[in-house]
Amino acid sequence: MSADLLPGLDGVAPQPGVPKPDPILVVRGVERSFGGLQAVDVAHLEVARGAITALIGPNGAGKTTLFNLLTGFDHPDAGAWLFDGQPLQGKRAHQIARAGMVRTFQLTKALARLSLLDNMLLAAPGQRGEHLGGALAGRWRPQEARNRTEAEGLLERFGLAAMRDRFAGTLSGGQRKLLEMARALMARPRLLMLDEPMAGVNPALRQTLLAHIQEIRREGATVVFIEHDMDVVMGTSDWVVVMAEGRLIAEGPPAAVGADPEVIDAYLGRRHGKAAEA
Amino acid sequence: MDFVEILASSLRSAVGVPAAAYALAAIGLNVHFGYTGLLNFGQVAFMLVGAYGTAVTVNEGGPLWLGLLVGIGAAVVLGLLLGIPTLRLRTDYLAIVTIATAEILRYVTRSRALEPLTGGVFGIQKFADPFFALNPIPPGRYGFGTFNFGHRQLWVMAVGWLLVALVLLLLTVLLRSPWGRVLKAIREDEDAARSLGKNVFAYKIQSLVLGGVIGAFAGMLLAIETQAVNPDTFISILTFFAYTVLILGGPGRILAPVVGAVIFWFLLQFTDGFLRGALEAGWLGGVLEGNEVAAVRFALVGLGLMLLMILRPQGILGSREELLTDER
Repeated sequence: MSADLLPGLDGVAPQPGVPKPDPILVVRGVERSFGGLQAVDVAHLEVARGAITALIGPNGAGKTTLFNLLTGFDHPDAGAWLFDGQPLQGKRAHQIARAGMVRTFQLTKALARLSLLDNMLLAAPGQRGEHLGGALAGRWRPQEARNRTEAEGLLERFGLAAMRDRFAGTLSGGQRKLLEMARALMARPRLLMLDEPMAGVNPALRQTLLAHIQEIRREGATVVFIEHDMDVVMGTSDWVVVMAEGRLIAEGPPAAVGADPEVIDAYLGRRHGKAAEA
Repeated sequence: MDFVEILASSLRSAVGVPAAAYALAAIGLNVHFGYTGLLNFGQVAFMLVGAYGTAVTVNEGGPLWLGLLVGIGAAVVLGLLLGIPTLRLRTDYLAIVTIATAEILRYVTRSRALEPLTGGVFGIQKFADPFFALNPIPPGRYGFGTFNFGHRQLWVMAVGWLLVALVLLLLTVLLRSPWGRVLKAIREDEDAARSLGKNVFAYKIQSLVLGGVIGAFAGMLLAIETQAVNPDTFISILTFFAYTVLILGGPGRILAPVVGAVIFWFLLQFTDGFLRGALEAGWLGGVLEGNEVAAVRFALVGLGLMLLMILRPQGILGSREELLTDER
């Protein structure tokens, strides 16, 4: 649906590992195994700048593991990746987040005994008051006031403003998804990695979340998200990457991927009797 | 039974030097456990290095101020040594390593090999004279009725509680700043803090060292009051008393350690006085002997704590809402 917004992806062939004209993220040969199980084995993957890329695949395909590896929450056995030309392998999770690649989690991590506003303020980058010396000197207040304005704006936009002083632990599951997305935005990411942002969310809220994802892209950030619901993937993404058993098996525009026999195989089982990994 | 005297002695104990020292030890634990979620089961190790750092330095001919600095420096080093290998791992590892370290340090301190320096099992005495020489309070007893203190005791109490106040002031500034917000975020979910660009390891080290130095103050205060250090004062039960004090007050509340320490020492002295009084009055009818009172009073205090945990699990100052949203 959004091919007209991203002319750059028009001429890109729908093949796994295909190069893109302006990639924000280039992954090369990233591998990770747990014991004898090869969880991730991605030979080459490029993520187009300014696009919404969906990462799909059956359970156990290695999507979340790939996310963990790329964001520094797990360490690969081999491989390298460049974020905006900057090599990130070997960097620690907080350094990757500071570089502008911010992730969310499949199981939301609301900071339960912090207020919504504090959850948001925490995410603001480059805070003077976060260093012991800066905290004591007290000159962080003007910056805090600016961050607060920004945080309140984001809470407003995500429909959480009325609850800003409540503990995040009092929110419902769907509200936590909203908070986590808003909080990730507060960190001013250039690449936002959302791990199942729609999981366990009711259909009405799902539409809200989808609208937010579209808006994030319109504002110039790149989005990669893991999703199971094919309707969501088809309606929202500019590009779809399919993983199965740790490898990329297909990628392309949503319509092309939806019709790909490899993808259908991966979801419904190859030949009879051999079901997809549970 | 003389209730006035029991009450007066309980009050003396509630505002005494040990109460101030326990408050400091618990304030350190509050930084670790209440605000950062670190399980330090070896707070007594920080108290030990604070006390011995001071005592040994003065005993070897150094000035008192240098002794205090050595105590603080030793706590910083201990914090780094404990933190660097364990704080990248899960919380439980810190708990295991700290409780073991506390015992190791006690045995090393009382070892024959270190006797020339630490005095071994005999410890070190009479090293705090320079501290008492600074006492501006004229000799005499101060107070009303049986609730009174000697000028030396009053001097240590004044310095102790002033130290408590200063430390709390510093922590209030720190914990209300963005730095404090990061600590609380780590307590709630360190992966979330990491995903938002916070160097969790660095903050945990800072928290461990800061709370440890506050624990060292507690050790110094106890050592100075009694003019004595002895390795067997610094046993692990002290750490758990400090936790008791903290949990009594309500972890994650700035004043909790003070409230907890005052109540803890009041109750300890009150149950002791009451049991002894009851024994003398013959109310206990041979059920309890004089030498059993000390043990029974701890059982009673323990029972009281259990009731508190059942009726008010968030502690005296804690908020129920906060407890209900705790997802750790």
